[in-house]
Amino acid sequence: MIEIVYKIGMVPVIAVLGIVLGLLYNGIDRKLAARMQSRVGPPIIQPFIDIKKLLMKESIVPRHAIKWLFNLMPVLALSASLLTLLYIPFCGIGPAFEGYGDLVLVLYLLVLPPLAITLGAFASGSHYATIGAQREMVTMISYELPLAIAIVSVAWLLSMANPSLPVFSLSVISNNPIWNFTTPLSFLGLLIIFIALLLVIPGELGKTPFDVAEAETEIAEGVFAEYSGRNLALFYLANAVRTIAIASLIIAIFLPWNLSTFFNFSYLSLLFDALFFLIKLFVIIFISSVFIRVIVPRLRITQVVSTYWFYTTLIALLGMLLIWIGCCLKG
Amino acid sequence: MKKIADTGNEQNSFTFCVGPVHPALKEPLQFTFKIEGERVKKVDFMLSHVHRGIEWMGTRRNPIQIIYLAERICGICNISHPFAFCRAVESVAGIEVPPRAEYIRTINAELERIHSHLLWAGIAAHELGFDSVLHYILKARERVLDIIEYITGNRITKGIMMIGGVRRDISKKQYRKIIEAMEYYKKQVKKISDILLKDHVVKARTINTGILSKADAIKLCAVGPTARASGVKRDVRQDEPYAAYKYLDVEAITPATIGKETRGDVYDRTLVRLAEIRQSVNIIVECLKSMPEGKIAYEDKIPKLLAELKSVEGEGIGRHEAPRGEVLHYIKLIGNETLFSWKVRAPTYANLLSWVPMLLGAQIADIPIIAASTDPCLSCTNRAVITKHGKHVVIDHEALHELSVKKTLALRKVKHD
Repeated sequence: MIEIVYKIGMVPVIAVLGIVLGLLYNGIDRKLAARMQSRVGPPIIQPFIDIKKLLMKESIVPRHAIKWLFNLMPVLALSASLLTLLYIPFCGIGPAFEGYGDLVLVLYLLVLPPLAITLGAFASGSHYATIGAQREMVTMISYELPLAIAIVSVAWLLSMANPSLPVFSLSVISNNPIWNFTTPLSFLGLLIIFIALLLVIPGELGKTPFDVAEAETEIAEGVFAEYSGRNLALFYLANAVRTIAIASLIIAIFLPWNLSTFFNFSYLSLLFDALFFLIKLFVIIFISSVFIRVIVPRLRITQVVSTYWFYTTLIALLGMLLIWIGCCLKG
Repeated sequence: MKKIADTGNEQNSFTFCVGPVHPALKEPLQFTFKIEGERVKKVDFMLSHVHRGIEWMGTRRNPIQIIYLAERICGICNISHPFAFCRAVESVAGIEVPPRAEYIRTINAELERIHSHLLWAGIAAHELGFDSVLHYILKARERVLDIIEYITGNRITKGIMMIGGVRRDISKKQYRKIIEAMEYYKKQVKKISDILLKDHVVKARTINTGILSKADAIKLCAVGPTARASGVKRDVRQDEPYAAYKYLDVEAITPATIGKETRGDVYDRTLVRLAEIRQSVNIIVECLKSMPEGKIAYEDKIPKLLAELKSVEGEGIGRHEAPRGEVLHYIKLIGNETLFSWKVRAPTYANLLSWVPMLLGAQIADIPIIAASTDPCLSCTNRAVITKHGKHVVIDHEALHELSVKKTLALRKVKHD
């Protein structure tokens, strides 16, 4: 009973934390990118201001749109993003819905927001949005393959070391840092997989160079072309929360350490763990979102597919191979 | 203004419009594409959303007032248009420009080329989604605008051209600052070249994108960097040297002259423009070195100049190599205070049709960069849409010919009266 109350109680906490952190990191992201482009950039709280403005504005539904689908999809995107966060270790504490869903569920939940965006775009009846939606689908198909390879390799490495554990459970993964079970060869393989996953994040989040679905100069924000007001704000929030969710997932798998395991902070340990988590979050977002975005131009959709299907998949497969050889040599 | 090229079947395609208002376009222009998947199968475009009737306004003003108007044809080419116009008037009136003025005109024209090409490079990077480079280049461009302000007193519309010369001298004291800025640009262009010509992702987006073959470039009368990037060695400064270019050795830059292979794609257009910035820097330094002393205008007193122009009769053409290509001004004076006729052919007008072979078969993702690669300047170009009773009427070839015949007959009548 207490457990259920705790779980239900955690939902609003995680939701608010996810949204606030998501917007805050979005602001930091924008400011840093601006400074790296020798611009002044917006203030860090700009995303909050944007959301406030968007919530006050009218939500326009195009005449040719399928109204219910068009209005439903932003809600679905945000709720799916928030739900993802509940299954991932967050801010130094274990997943709120621990034991009710594992990594495979998280992977499915991560697909939901882009799917909602795609459906919403198709429902809007605009050509720009349709092209954007087609591109979003193709991008999604492209990055899922390296992502799946990476996740399977990690789980497999873990299962080789601990055959008895439920290796897809995220709390198990984050409690047993996978780096501990590696030989030099599989360490290298894991590192390569880590890099491949960092390359997948900008695609998942629709950031340059993989922002083909939004491509401002080509198809005028594509999938979001017809969205405005509250609906756009919801998508904006969903994207911010999803950024946090994906980065937290990467942290849970590859950088699961907590400060409290190394030092004794007694009752302050939760605070220090949370702070340390925020730093890790910043590092992941900085590398995969800000840094890559600033140094490369946007790719064509065909180049996105070849980047993911050939190069990133090859990298991931190489990592998998190294892990396999490493494990075989050890075993 | 209208060109349709059809290669696709109708079934799987859909119509896709870009413009008249679109984030990729800085000025109004409407593209209508037939798209199959992501491929362009059919291109059609339409202009003239911002027709301002400048030529008409010009025929109600005297030549010196027109200089002011000509500067405002285009925000970027505001030396090129008055330059071509002044040359046209000078050729009719037989006015000889003092050598020093010719040098100052050349320096200003080349400064304009530098800032225009830098702006283009920035916009091109933005169209590729490479905003870091946009901001970097626009920051680098500030320096040339400062120099323009230092020489002419204005950043954008310079107000320096005058019939028979220029309105402001460049003093000896100012040379040093200009030369320093030119040194700065030599370094900057190298850096920008490193980004735009050597970066792998940029290369993946620009090489073999929007190819314009040499034959097409000649057939469609492309001008400026668009033609030169396809290997057509055409440059007014080289073919018909004027102003200070006749004292200098200017060679049209094609990819072949810088030892590169000619493909006629977006990459080559970038290459040619960046090489032209280097060329402009050298021309300016050369000009400052060899600039003679002397008068800067044929006639200082404007009323006297106007009185002289009042009695001139005849037709004249002024050509100038603007950053985007050859700009051509035609004027006719009939011994009146005002101009009888004024015709402007901006370079973009000549480059419009080359969009069609470039865009056919391209991906949607390449549309912005291909459209931008000719450096279109549409406010110079807009001319012929008639709106009658709230309805747009596009004039086709036959109708235009009919109208021209009517107009010519009317003009003949006026002359004989």
